[in-house]
Parts: sequence; C-alpha cells; structure tokens
Amino acid sequence: MTTRPSSPPTGFSLPSYERPAGVHPPLDSPGYRSTALRAPHRPPVLAPQRLTEITGPLLGEGRVAEADADLTTHHAGEPLGERIILSGQVLDSDRRPVPDTLIEIWQANAAGRYRHAVDSHPAPLDPNFTGVGRCLTDSEGRYRFVTIKPGAYPWKNHPNAWRPAHIHFSLFGRAFTQRLVTQMYFPSDPLFPYDPIFNSIPDPAARQGLISRFDMDLTEPDWALGFTWDIVLRGRGATAFEAQEDGQ
Amino acid sequence: MTSLLITASQTVGPYLAIGLPWPDGPFVVPEGTPGAITITGRLLDGAGDPVPDGLIETWQADPDGYFGHPDDPRGPNPSGAEFRGFGRCPTGPDGSYRIVTLRPGALPSPDGGTEAPHLDVSVFARGLLHRVVTRIYFADEAEANAADPVLAGLVDDDRRDTLLAVPEPGSPGGFRFDIRLQGDGETVFFDV
Repeated sequence: MTTRPSSPPTGFSLPSYERPAGVHPPLDSPGYRSTALRAPHRPPVLAPQRLTEITGPLLGEGRVAEADADLTTHHAGEPLGERIILSGQVLDSDRRPVPDTLIEIWQANAAGRYRHAVDSHPAPLDPNFTGVGRCLTDSEGRYRFVTIKPGAYPWKNHPNAWRPAHIHFSLFGRAFTQRLVTQMYFPSDPLFPYDPIFNSIPDPAARQGLISRFDMDLTEPDWALGFTWDIVLRGRGATAFEAQEDGQ
Repeated sequence: MTSLLITASQTVGPYLAIGLPWPDGPFVVPEGTPGAITITGRLLDGAGDPVPDGLIETWQADPDGYFGHPDDPRGPNPSGAEFRGFGRCPTGPDGSYRIVTLRPGALPSPDGGTEAPHLDVSVFARGLLHRVVTRIYFADEAEANAADPVLAGLVDDDRRDTLLAVPEPGSPGGFRFDIRLQGDGETVFFDV
C-alpha cells in the first residue's frame, strides 16, 4: 500500500528538456560490430520527463580532489608523451553554463595502450600513467585537465581497424535527462574517415562537435600545448506543463 | 539567440573500468542500513550471453518520495533526511550487478496522478553508442503499479514484466532485475 505523496498545493510545473533528433548515433550501427547483439530491436518508448528525469545526482563534494585534474602527477615520475592542457566550458543548448558538475575522463597512454587487463595491444604500458581524471566545473561551467595526448590504437572491429586518438568523457549535468558519455577527438586526425564509431553520428556538424580545437592562447610556453573543447548538454526550454505536452 | 547543437554520445567502450567505477558506487546507502534493499541482476545481450563490460546506474527518490534537488518544486525532504539517490555498478564477468539502496517512495505527477515507486536506470556498455534507459518498478507494489502513468499508461501489457524487480525468495529485502538488451524478453527502454 503506497501512501499518497505530498504535492505542492497549486500549480506543478517542471522544466522540460529538449529531445534532439539526429544528433546521437543510432544504436544499431552495423559498421560498429559490437552493436549487433547489444542494440535493442524494439524502438524506445517515448516517456514524459517527470520528477525522476528532471532531477539528477549533484555529486562531487568530497568525491574530487584538485590533483585529480592533473593526470601527469599521479605517479612518482612524469608520463611519457606530449603534455597537453585540455579546457572548455559545459553549457546547455540554451547557452546556460552548467556549474559544479562532475566530469570524469579516461584514456590510453601516449603509446595507445590502456591500463586494462583486456587491452592486448602490443604497445608499452607507462608506469607513470594511469589515464583517469576527474574535476568539477567552476561557477561558469569551465573545466581544465592536464594530461598527455593519447595515441591511436588498433582494434578488432574489421581488418586493419584503428581508433583515432580520443579521450572518454562522462558528464552528469543537473538532471537525469542530461547524462552524457562521449569521446573527444583531436583536430585533423587522419583516421576519422575510417572510424565506424566516430562516423556512427549521422550529422557532420555533430561529428565536428566532438573534435577539440588547438588553442594557442591556452598553450603554456615551454611546457604544454592547449586544446579547447566545449560540451553542450540538453537545454531546458521555457518551463512547460508536462501534462499538457503529454496530452494527458 | 539560437540554441547550440548538443554534444553527441559515443560508446563507453571496453575500458570503462579504468574511469567510472567508484568503491562506494553500488552503495546508495551503506550495507546494513536499516530498511536497505538489494537489487541484483544480470545484463544480457541478444544471444542471452552476459555482458561483462557494462555499467548500470540508478537514480531514485528517497523513501518519502523526495529528491532534495533544486528543480523539485517541493524542496528538500521536510524531515531533513539526506539521500544520495545515485547508484553505479560495473557488471562482472557473469554480467551481474548489485545495488544496495532504500525503497523509493511514490511521486506526485504534474497531472495530479501518482507515479509508483521506481528507479530510473542508465545502461552503458561497449556496443552501445548511447546509453539505454529503463525503469525498475517493484512487483510487490501491484496497486501502485496499476495506476502508474508510465508503466500502466505507456507500456504494452505483454512487456510490463520486464520492468518489475521481483522479490528473491529467502532473501529479505532482496530483489532481482535482469536487463535483456535485445531479442526474446527484451527489456522496455525509454526515450526520456
């Protein structure tokens, strides 16, 4: 027996997050072989955005230390590779910054090898590089990592398959609807035309949105190159009554 | 002002275990918390094989139906109780996951109805280019489930069972919820 939950006495409206069409890759993308047995066959059920969807975990306090944002300082020595600064702003599609939100990243080392038991690429591990970082965006939604540029690496998807260099990003935003896991790429990678994961995104502009930009202003002389990458999460349009939108 | 193009999703890939698991991830509340429940299950692919490189995330209200989130118009739980509400567990070699949490309360719906107790679930894995989203309801909440605007209102009769966590016989507070990504008994996934 469930007791009736408390409701506000009058007027109950919730933010409504945009539902972008044609931006995310289709789950069934035959060029990426692992989708064959994992992509659902049935179309998803269109569901309203209610309290569970318009809220979300606001994590980070006590979960992130300042040192977590510098992946080059987690061991006794410095990792090998090209040291880079990676920075940008997390916004929603209405151009509102997303402050105080947790960003998690993970990546291969400069030789294109992950510190993971399943990675059998015959490239060296780097004892000074784990490849995991975290940070919180600041009050303007900005983030900054120091790391090394990851290498490209081969995978078994098809003969002579190589992944373009990339860094994995995980973001929460402020609502369940905004949760995003993606990959950031580097400019002018010659492997782009051959990568079925990058090319699973149908819209060329959306693909371009995953490529960071070399940023001379971010570069620190005699120390590290800079790359800028902004991340855009689903925005909240004007506040709307979900009940009306849902036709219920 | 024109809106910005949102950033596209990409798969978590096979190496998510480097970056995403937390030691306390599966414990929305610490093991042994009075009233805690345990939700266990397996993530399975279209051949019925376990998915050993996936990640399950859960998000839910507290036992009184509050989120303690600035966009919840009701504000924080008047009792002052705080609740993380978020669980995260990578799948094991047998595709299994385990979340220790509290039973969520029912929720008011903007249309005046009531949502049955549920958890929202995100599933990430190699081979999923975007997360898939489902909901966990509780099989022992038949009355509330029958009035739920999503479970009863939007999901076909013959697929509703895929959204029910079932009490485990002989395991007090234990529930089982398997997730089938594809094929026979495919779990209902939602576009939220």
